[in-house]
Amino acid sequence: MATAAKIGIGSAINRVDGVEKVTGSARYAGEHPVENLLYGYIVEAAIAKGRVLSVDEDAARAVPGVVEVITHLNRPHVAWTDHSYQDEMKIPGSPFRPLYDDRIQFSQQPIALVLAETFEAARYAASLIEIAYETEAHNTDFDVALDEKYVPKKKRSGYVPPKDRGDAAQAFADAPLKVAGDYRLAPEHHNPMEMFGSTVEWHGDGSITVWDKTQGSQGVHAYLASVFGFSKKKLRVLNPYVGGAFGSGLRPQHQVFLAVLAAKMLERSVRVTMTRQQMFSHAYRPQAVQSIALGADRTGKLTAIRNAATTSTSRYEDNMENVVTWGLMNYDCPNADAEYTVAQIDTPTSADMRAPGAATGMTLFEIAIDEMAYAAKVDPLEFRLINYSPIDAMNGTPYTSKALREAFREGAEAFKWSERSAEPRSMREGSELIGWGCATGMWDAQFSKTSASAKLTANGHLEVACATSDIGTGSYTVMTLVAADTLGLPPEQITAKLGDSDLPTAPVEGGSWGAASSGAAVQLACQAVGKKLLKAAGKIAGEPLGGAKIEDVLFEDGCIVLKDTPTVRVPFGDAMRAADLTEIEEEATAAPGFGDMWKGLHKSKNTHSAIFAEVRVDEELGVVRVTRIVDAVAAGRIINPKTARSQILGGVVMGIGMALHEETFSDHRLGRWMNHNFGEYHVPVHADIHDIQVIFVDEPDPEVTPLGVKGLGEIGIVGTAAAIANAIYHATGKRVRSLPITIDKILE
Amino acid sequence: MNRFDYTRPASVAEAVQAGTGEQVRYLAGGTNLIDLMKENVDQPTTVIDINRLPLNAIEELDGGGLRLGALVPNSDTAWDARVEQRYPLLSSAILAGASPQLRNAATNGGNLNQRTRCYYFYDVATPCNKRKPGSGCGAIGGVNRIHAILGASDQCIATHPSDMCVALAVLDAIVQVTGPEGDRAIPIADYHRLPGDEPWRDNTLRPGELVTGIDLPAEDFTKNYTYLKLRDRLSYAFALVSIAVAMRIEGSTIAEARVALGGVAHKPWRSTEAEKLLKGQQPSPQTFSAFADALLAGAVGQCKNDFKIPLARKGIVRALKQAAEATPQSQTDKRIA
Ligand SMILES: Cc1cc2nc3c(=O)[nH]c(=O)nc-3n(C[C@H](O)[C@H](O)[C@H](O)COP(=O)(O)OP(=O)(O)OC[C@H]3O[C@@H](n4cnc5c(N)ncnc54)[C@H](O)[C@@H]3O)c2cc1C
Ligand code: SF4
Repeated sequence: MATAAKIGIGSAINRVDGVEKVTGSARYAGEHPVENLLYGYIVEAAIAKGRVLSVDEDAARAVPGVVEVITHLNRPHVAWTDHSYQDEMKIPGSPFRPLYDDRIQFSQQPIALVLAETFEAARYAASLIEIAYETEAHNTDFDVALDEKYVPKKKRSGYVPPKDRGDAAQAFADAPLKVAGDYRLAPEHHNPMEMFGSTVEWHGDGSITVWDKTQGSQGVHAYLASVFGFSKKKLRVLNPYVGGAFGSGLRPQHQVFLAVLAAKMLERSVRVTMTRQQMFSHAYRPQAVQSIALGADRTGKLTAIRNAATTSTSRYEDNMENVVTWGLMNYDCPNADAEYTVAQIDTPTSADMRAPGAATGMTLFEIAIDEMAYAAKVDPLEFRLINYSPIDAMNGTPYTSKALREAFREGAEAFKWSERSAEPRSMREGSELIGWGCATGMWDAQFSKTSASAKLTANGHLEVACATSDIGTGSYTVMTLVAADTLGLPPEQITAKLGDSDLPTAPVEGGSWGAASSGAAVQLACQAVGKKLLKAAGKIAGEPLGGAKIEDVLFEDGCIVLKDTPTVRVPFGDAMRAADLTEIEEEATAAPGFGDMWKGLHKSKNTHSAIFAEVRVDEELGVVRVTRIVDAVAAGRIINPKTARSQILGGVVMGIGMALHEETFSDHRLGRWMNHNFGEYHVPVHADIHDIQVIFVDEPDPEVTPLGVKGLGEIGIVGTAAAIANAIYHATGKRVRSLPITIDKILE
Repeated sequence: MNRFDYTRPASVAEAVQAGTGEQVRYLAGGTNLIDLMKENVDQPTTVIDINRLPLNAIEELDGGGLRLGALVPNSDTAWDARVEQRYPLLSSAILAGASPQLRNAATNGGNLNQRTRCYYFYDVATPCNKRKPGSGCGAIGGVNRIHAILGASDQCIATHPSDMCVALAVLDAIVQVTGPEGDRAIPIADYHRLPGDEPWRDNTLRPGELVTGIDLPAEDFTKNYTYLKLRDRLSYAFALVSIAVAMRIEGSTIAEARVALGGVAHKPWRSTEAEKLLKGQQPSPQTFSAFADALLAGAVGQCKNDFKIPLARKGIVRALKQAAEATPQSQTDKRIA
């Protein structure tokens, strides 16, 4: 029998929600049509620290259409304990409580919400509000804050303390070759395309529906229930489409709090959206400084690694990242020590941003590694191979898999690294110096407990559902492909549902665990449906499958097929009719430690990548063009090569931004971000992007996660900026240790 | 954004009549004005939408020049065959600016009158003498990476952000305006002004005056020219420093050279005095350097923008070389020869 090529795990298909997205029928949080809506506009603090003395809202209230102005003075009762405001990220400290009292903890803090019948009236009225402040001394200068850096007492969940080995101080002192320096990363803002927004529908019976821009509907659900005292059943949170988030939507942002607060107070439906400028009022990637000291012998073998980093946090929470561990894990070196501290500035709490910790710590470390390679007069790629560690060198544990060597080989081949001339400043064309650099990327391969359901109807339609989110990452498509693979149905007959707090439990989407976790849950649920189908087929007169067990059959083209005798096929519909079933619905939970995963229990689980970059630098004018990138990624099994490639492309582009463009400038006198708009906060544009080649290295790994998937959302950014910085050095002989590398740093 | 009256006159006369009064603004493409209104930086009481006025043509002038209507979109101007052939420097400068979408909406009159991109000017929570006279200049001693190195005052160190105007400065364009007191023709050099003690005044337009067109005198700078734009990314960013050069080479000597800088002052920066150093010279790095020093005489940094001085110096030398060698910067792939 001629069958169409099976579409399943590994098929490169288009994003199943692509048409909705490009035609605009996909609605985002601030777009859901709700009747009789009030619009909220956020008034932000002009000072970085102090108190609100008074709010003159008379003029604002006089604007036609204005319904209410909410401040800390007239807000309804909300929870007051820190515990009530804790979200899934569990950052130690005292979470920010919007409109709670008169205290101002950062510039752009929301201090009032104006509600009106139109957005325009609300925005205009907001401009009329006069606030009197009592100012207190603030500091937003990270370099000043460094004097008071510290090790937080309570650690953030997910924080991995570095483990020292050998005697790094002594080894560094004794090393014949040394590199030491401070490496820096500027603060960056996530700036997803979609701004934060929430639409709250007030149903009149005490229940509400909230469309929110978030990476986790259930996290927001729990937060709102806890803060506002909603019973869980009276609350539903939806985020079917999310226009990017990069980590800024891991925690509930204040617009959802404000929208629900207003809805509750006014007993009406409310929408609050942020402007682009207001996108600088919350999460940002912490500013960082990393002091790295490396020692090596004359053959280029590392003998000492010393790695100390500090990242910025707020006064009220200790945001921590895993910054210093990566280099210690990745390199074979007998002596290593590390220290991680945070320093407080008067800004909102810094937040996870695409590959938090690694994008900072591994990237900066890889610049230092490059310096060491030059110091040892060893090719930078060769240097990484000389110091290659097949095991996790910090924990002394094996990896479930690490195909980094293959990534180096395949990447180098595609890049033609062997044609590189070793000397800096040795390649030139016209007014441009050409440089080639490489770096290693690393991220965690994570897995989180996740549930999913699968419902098959007799007409052959399958619906799979899970409360996970699709922040542009392709979760809808992954769920569809896994279901298609498991039950042998074409994607057109499958609907994936997500982004709804009522659906089976899933964690917030982040950390690149989404595909591995929701994929595994969908597979389990579909397998359970498969078993039910087989049982139903047993009811067919004459038992065509002859009492076959689940191991004896496979699912193909909507039929149960005997493995040994593929001509024996029972259509799903026949089986269901025989058992008098109109639908089969199953729910399943994938938790760590099942399948082959238990074997990997005491192993390290990571993705790796080898990044090669070519830059052309007009040295005289400081202009850098990144003309070529090859990113060879070892990330286990690839569910959809097409969306997977997109993830890596996006990560690489963001890495180019980290290398050359992204930086939020603060006026420390005002304690305020100044380039808080898209005209002056620069991310790469088309002209900055040239040839990017993505390679997925073969890396079968049944122990890492049930599907062998390691996740791809973040690995693309890690190390990319280092490869570029290293290429700039190779081109110009100039070592820039602080990102982004802007024109002025090349001219210096 | 505040509440305002809105009118949409059909004739220039009506527009000018409606245009009297303090807080009146003409609305062209709106790519700058609307942003400023959204952020409460500009709060006009009356907005006069001029998009219906018959100012949207490019016309031949007696004597071989061109008149660019105030309402012709930047894109249409840059891609107009006559402009491309006769004023390639202007096409190049326009195409170096903003993005295709913005250039489609932006007009020539709006481009001329666009406001500075100073961070403080855009943020009403901060001091700014240009926005709020007497409130102080936030940029002095603050975040001033994009600010002026020439012609600034202790009241304001903002720059004029336009690319188009830098080319116009080199082309000796004439701005045609009309207003309550009748028509005026303002040479481009006199159109924008330095901040001095009145930083809120960007230009010499009088209240109620409307730009009707921009005249380009007949010139022949079709071979030796360049618009070199240096910025924080390869496209869609304002100039840190930009250099417009128009040159005529006779034999092997420079018969005439004109140079204007963008991104460095409150107006396109040009010195006809300094240009004399180029006239009659052979193109050479020494000549170009000497000129760069002369044009940049008196340049001062504000700390975060100190790098602009060496950047401008090197940029001028390179741009002159590009012009002399007839290898202008490409505005399609931004390649710098
Ligand atoms: C993100 C971004 C990036 C940009 N990048 C660049 C860049 O790289 N280079 C560059 O040069 N520009 C850049 N621009 C600016 C753009 O060129 C200007 O916004 C545009 O030229 C303004 O034209 P408009 O017709 O939209 O003017 P409007 O916004 O309509 O008006 C601007 C001002 O001019 C006044 N005005 C308009 N027409 C007349 C007239 N006929 N007579 C008198 N007054 C008038 C208005 O009252 C208003 O004050 C950028 C803009 C944005 C938003
Ligand atoms: S430089 Fe000019 S525009 Fe900027 S803050 Fe100072 S006065 Fe305002």
